[in-house]
Amino acid sequence: MTAYGRISALILRYLYLLRSSWPRLIEMLYWPIMQMIIWGFISRHLASSSVWVASAAGVFIAAVLLWDVLFRAQISFSLSFLEEVWSRNLATLFISPLRPHELVAALISISLIRTLVGIIPAALLAIPLYHYSIFELGLPLLAFFVNLLVLGWAIGLFVIALLLRFGQGAESLCWVTIFMMAPISAIYYPVDILPDWLQTIAWMAPPAYVFEGMRAVMFEGVFRFDLFVGAIALNLVYLVLGGCAFLYSFHVARRRGLLLNVGE
Amino acid sequence: MLLGLLTPTQGQIRILGEDMVRNRHRVLERLNFSSPYVDLPKRLSVRENLNVYARLYGVLDGRARIAALTEDFALGAFLAKPYGDLSSGQKTRVLLAKALLNKPTVLLMDEPTASLDPETADWVRARLETYQAQTGATYFLASHNMAEVERLCDDVLMMRAGALVDQGSPTQLIERHGRRDMEEVFLAVARGETAKFQQSTTPS
Repeated sequence: MTAYGRISALILRYLYLLRSSWPRLIEMLYWPIMQMIIWGFISRHLASSSVWVASAAGVFIAAVLLWDVLFRAQISFSLSFLEEVWSRNLATLFISPLRPHELVAALISISLIRTLVGIIPAALLAIPLYHYSIFELGLPLLAFFVNLLVLGWAIGLFVIALLLRFGQGAESLCWVTIFMMAPISAIYYPVDILPDWLQTIAWMAPPAYVFEGMRAVMFEGVFRFDLFVGAIALNLVYLVLGGCAFLYSFHVARRRGLLLNVGE
Repeated sequence: MLLGLLTPTQGQIRILGEDMVRNRHRVLERLNFSSPYVDLPKRLSVRENLNVYARLYGVLDGRARIAALTEDFALGAFLAKPYGDLSSGQKTRVLLAKALLNKPTVLLMDEPTASLDPETADWVRARLETYQAQTGATYFLASHNMAEVERLCDDVLMMRAGALVDQGSPTQLIERHGRRDMEEVFLAVARGETAKFQQSTTPS
């Protein structure tokens, strides 16, 4: 038996769950589309009075779609784990040959699938609605996308580590954690608008590099390699830290018998 | 602890020759577990749940194995139903089918017939006996149902307040305690009426 077989078994389990629940599927599409529509109208309104916005049509739409990549990646990762907690299935999973890193690989895979399912329709819908295609960003879009995905998974690892430690009492972390990062992520405004002390903190957050990089492409037509490398380096650090937090939490859960008690 | 969900603070657990703290993944493919106190995903159908677990255990011909277990445990009528919609008895049968998916060499069971009516419980025990006879598998069973213990077990460990107080075959225990059946032995142990036997029965 291979690790691939076990990972694909878990992916299948999450796909079954999606198939059995139309509300879950609709919700995945609903929020990105709604966000895109609202920011599309805001962009249209601001473009008539702001030279900055007018010079790069779609900057807010691109920003909201990319922010949603980060949000979707993290929430899909954490929620899939939470599904196991809700259904009291963690103990049954971990008495099977499944290993912790295989669970993480399955969570990453389903997170990627759910993120794409959520974002692509919104991105496509922006083309007829606002005559803006995020795909015009070209290859840099892939760089932004991957960096935000990886950060979403890293934060997801921290969240599930806390879920393992504190159980369902910590489930609201799935929704709120990512927004702690939003003010310093420079999604809709440049980093240099922040107070000096907050700028220092913002440069510790990979999204600041991504969104500054996005604006560089849209306003100046250049791909800032320095920002790209900065985002990758920070993401690797957070991913390793997130992985360590999860493995430590799993170790503690086994020591205290929490795997049997996590659930409804 | 036997399955590696809880790390022992002291001592050693070896199953099929492997240290369960360090090398549990070497034997988990040959083990399985059934308990009404753990669950399967409720929104997934019985067939989907069995399919997922067949893959997790690397069962080679999963479809055929699921078909065979569906017949053995009479799951056909609710194979397409969500697991969460089943009665307690139906859930127990599904959990037992899941536990036999990988044809385990060692099967751990916690109250395997809890919440089953007497007829279904008897039917399940008969299936467990058949599986044991066919495969030679070892059952490790935790139960308060002494009729079940008497029927399914060759060796019984009697525990009281977390400590081992006696060990032997059902026949040996009944004789040693001077009782009529395992139910009476259980009551004697639970009520602390075993002190007079301790000197001669404490296992080494």
